Amino acid sequence: MPTKLSPFLKTCMILGYAFLYVPIITLIVFSFNSSRLVTVWQGFSTKWYVSLLQDDVLLKSAWVSLQVATLAATFAVILGTLAAVALVRLGRFRGRQFFGILTTAPLVMPEVITGLALLLLFVGLEQMIGWPKGRGILTITIAHTTLCMAYVTILVRGRLAELDLSLEEAARDLGARPLKVFTAITLPLISPALVSGWLLAFVLSLDDLVLASFVAGPGSSTLPMVIFSSIRFGISPQINALATIIITAVAIGVMGAGWLLHRKKY
Amino acid sequence: MVKKPKKRIDLQPWQDPKAKPYIHIEGVSKDFDGHVAVDSVTLSVFQGEFFSLLGPSGCGKTTLLRMLAGLEMPSQGKIYIDGVDVTRRPAYDRPVNMMFQSYALFPHMNVEKNVAFGLKQERISRSEINERVKDALRLVQMETYGKRAPHQLSGGQKQRVALARSLVKRPKLLLLDEPLAALDKRLREQTQFELVTIQEKVGVTFIMVTHDQEEAMTMSTRLGVMDHGRMRQIGTPNEIYEYPNSDYVADFIGSINKFEGRVAEDETDHILVESEEAGCELYVSHSADVPIGSQVKVAIRPEKVMISTSPPEQKRNSTRGIVKDIGYLGDVSIYHVELASGKIVLATQPNLVRLAERPVTWDDEVYLYWRAENSIVLMT
Amino acid sequence: MRELWKKIQDSYAGSYLALIIPYAWILLFFMIPFLIVLKISFSDLKVGLPPYGPLLEWVEEGVLVIKLNFTNFAFIGTDSLYLFSYLESLVIAVLGTIGCLLIGYPMAYGIAKAKPPFRTLLLMLVILPFWTSFLLRVYAWIGILSTSGLLNTALMKVGIISSPLSILDTTYATIIGIVYCYLPFMILPLYASLEKIDYTLMEAAYDLGARPIQAFRRVIWPLSRPGVIAGSMLVLIPAVGEFVIPELLGGSQTLMIGKVLWNEFFTNRDWPVASALAVLMLILLVTPIAIFQRIQERQVRFLDAD
Repeated sequence: MPTKLSPFLKTCMILGYAFLYVPIITLIVFSFNSSRLVTVWQGFSTKWYVSLLQDDVLLKSAWVSLQVATLAATFAVILGTLAAVALVRLGRFRGRQFFGILTTAPLVMPEVITGLALLLLFVGLEQMIGWPKGRGILTITIAHTTLCMAYVTILVRGRLAELDLSLEEAARDLGARPLKVFTAITLPLISPALVSGWLLAFVLSLDDLVLASFVAGPGSSTLPMVIFSSIRFGISPQINALATIIITAVAIGVMGAGWLLHRKKY
Repeated sequence: MVKKPKKRIDLQPWQDPKAKPYIHIEGVSKDFDGHVAVDSVTLSVFQGEFFSLLGPSGCGKTTLLRMLAGLEMPSQGKIYIDGVDVTRRPAYDRPVNMMFQSYALFPHMNVEKNVAFGLKQERISRSEINERVKDALRLVQMETYGKRAPHQLSGGQKQRVALARSLVKRPKLLLLDEPLAALDKRLREQTQFELVTIQEKVGVTFIMVTHDQEEAMTMSTRLGVMDHGRMRQIGTPNEIYEYPNSDYVADFIGSINKFEGRVAEDETDHILVESEEAGCELYVSHSADVPIGSQVKVAIRPEKVMISTSPPEQKRNSTRGIVKDIGYLGDVSIYHVELASGKIVLATQPNLVRLAERPVTWDDEVYLYWRAENSIVLMT
Repeated sequence: MRELWKKIQDSYAGSYLALIIPYAWILLFFMIPFLIVLKISFSDLKVGLPPYGPLLEWVEEGVLVIKLNFTNFAFIGTDSLYLFSYLESLVIAVLGTIGCLLIGYPMAYGIAKAKPPFRTLLLMLVILPFWTSFLLRVYAWIGILSTSGLLNTALMKVGIISSPLSILDTTYATIIGIVYCYLPFMILPLYASLEKIDYTLMEAAYDLGARPIQAFRRVIWPLSRPGVIAGSMLVLIPAVGEFVIPELLGGSQTLMIGKVLWNEFFTNRDWPVASALAVLMLILLVTPIAIFQRIQERQVRFLDAD
């Protein structure tokens, strides 16, 4: 129930949002600074954006990241949706609770542990069956899919659980076979969750440093890995420029998706 | 409860021992993890009937309906439709359609697509689908709303679309799960008659689940009263109202006065019950086949109880008391009369004269009496 | 052919496929890797790739012998550096969680009480930073906290301090970073539980003579507790194993276990010790993870029941 906010709450909220946004705003502002020193304003310049576009290592890693994120998000949506359907619609099956815990566990597991575990698996597998040969986009994609499907499962599960069961029953009653019910009724109705799940997975994958560092091989560095190695040695305005581009893209993407989902509200 | 004269089932096939039931439910039970939702129900419904399953929530009526639809599988028993055993057939393979309580209109399809959905599952040409969708929408007077999305419709309109969608496949049996529960009172009453008219027009057998006794009485050819998974009584609305076979059914439909007493005489044409509670001998003009001296209840509907200020001629079925309360309902008034035993008896009288001229008022001593053929004996 | 296809569609095999595929995936790429970590934590260091010895070995007469090697754990136990880093991780994570709660609770409460269209906007603003790069958000704080950074410059300009504070490369910077990065994880579950509360309960409490603080403490706080616990776990668990934040903001003096594990693995290439560290970290986190899972399950069951 909306009520008036007390001055105390109002102050808390203003400070809270300032805390969230001031760092991001400084990133953006100083990306247009002509000085190499990030913290001293010397004048407006877009030179860092230009140099960004000439940085081959960065561009190559960005391409790797985009490939991985697209693949991982797609697989995560497929696997996560299947897992959610199994959890919500198959009723009680043996090991349901174990399965439920397993699907959400990657969400809370510290990434260093997951990354280490996956690397050891890949090394072991390669020794035993010769697959996966070396490490690269494939292994990063597998790692990211595993992490992201946990998020997708939770999103889709929530959506499925609040879906009116009688819609599926009505379709069955009108002569649609189970697979047809799923494709004609269930899937379109959970599609908002699938879209947001895909976007979330895409961003998570694009953003991940730790898992990728463990399971990436030589020559398959992702964008966060390159950024990380560069900012380890201090601040660079070029990274600010990159941050600005990413933030702008994400803001546009999120608002666009939000607008799309809002418009298609049932 | 105004009843429109109905010409629907003139033959009353359930009276005819040779008539073949169209829908036959044979000893059907359903238990969910040890909880018995439906308990060996046997029921025959005839072609063209409008049958209602009536009962409080949780009595198993919806589960029974869902088993007819194929959305639940019976734990025991058989279901036949038009002579074919459909017990194990899945929902999508039955000549049965259902109208859901929530209407379950697909939110991502417009009205036309909703109605066409069932037809598209069969191999039917596009032109025939269009034709039949149009017919179905015309039947429910929604032909101009074909392009609307479900969320742009009012409750009543949704209900019509749901009806059209479930009728368009020309099912042998249409199931209705509380079809009017989501509508407000005024719309509900109007829709009741429309639904009956449409049913007469299409001639499809309807089975409806409802918890609203008035709805069941006005709309059905016959109804079955359920309680705790069991079928308590099956009969025409009139039979159920006038001759309830049990305490439970008598209470569930309308209000009723009940007097406890001891059987003094039990002949082929009458039964005599001595009742201290009633303060008189109760004479009922049907036999009950119970031993002399056993405890029974005699029931009489409030509208069958007459009130007068002067003593009636009859001695049996006649008692007196003090008017404690009068409930004014406009067309009728309900008098609460307290007998010497402390028992409160309800008597409904039409308001033939205006309030101020009413002959009986609070704290008056009045005589209550009724005709022997209007009362019944309840055993359980 | 058509009949066969129909049969396949009708069979329940289809729906079990929905179970088997993700189950197989998660077993292979999540469950088994942990067993491997467990295994390697018991094996010894070897030069070569992979740099660990086998756990199962065939000795002469064809007898399978399991060599359980506790030296890695013993090593961790004797070197106080590891013990210290476990403790420091826990302390930093707990402080970070408290910080998130202190900032996040009033915000979540304010959002829950805002008018619906405004509420959506406020929520979106909480989620938006979460969608932008985690790494870059940590990076932003380097520019703010460094000795010549924005904070010090601003404070000196105003005249509050005369010489720059060294915040960057300390535990404080790590905590600030954790609070900043994990704040959305705290606010969202808090909001979810606060939003469900019927605020007429507050009015009822006022009506019965409670003062605002009392009403809050007796009514809102207990009802929002599931959100508090879920949010805290969601912050605490990953914060304990955090690597990026202490690496970038904490400097060399902040020893968090995620960072130690990383160095053990990448710098010292001691996979068995890294595995043993991971196993110990998991043991440390078992209780909070179990709490989180229970809340999660209860919530989902609540959803399913609807």
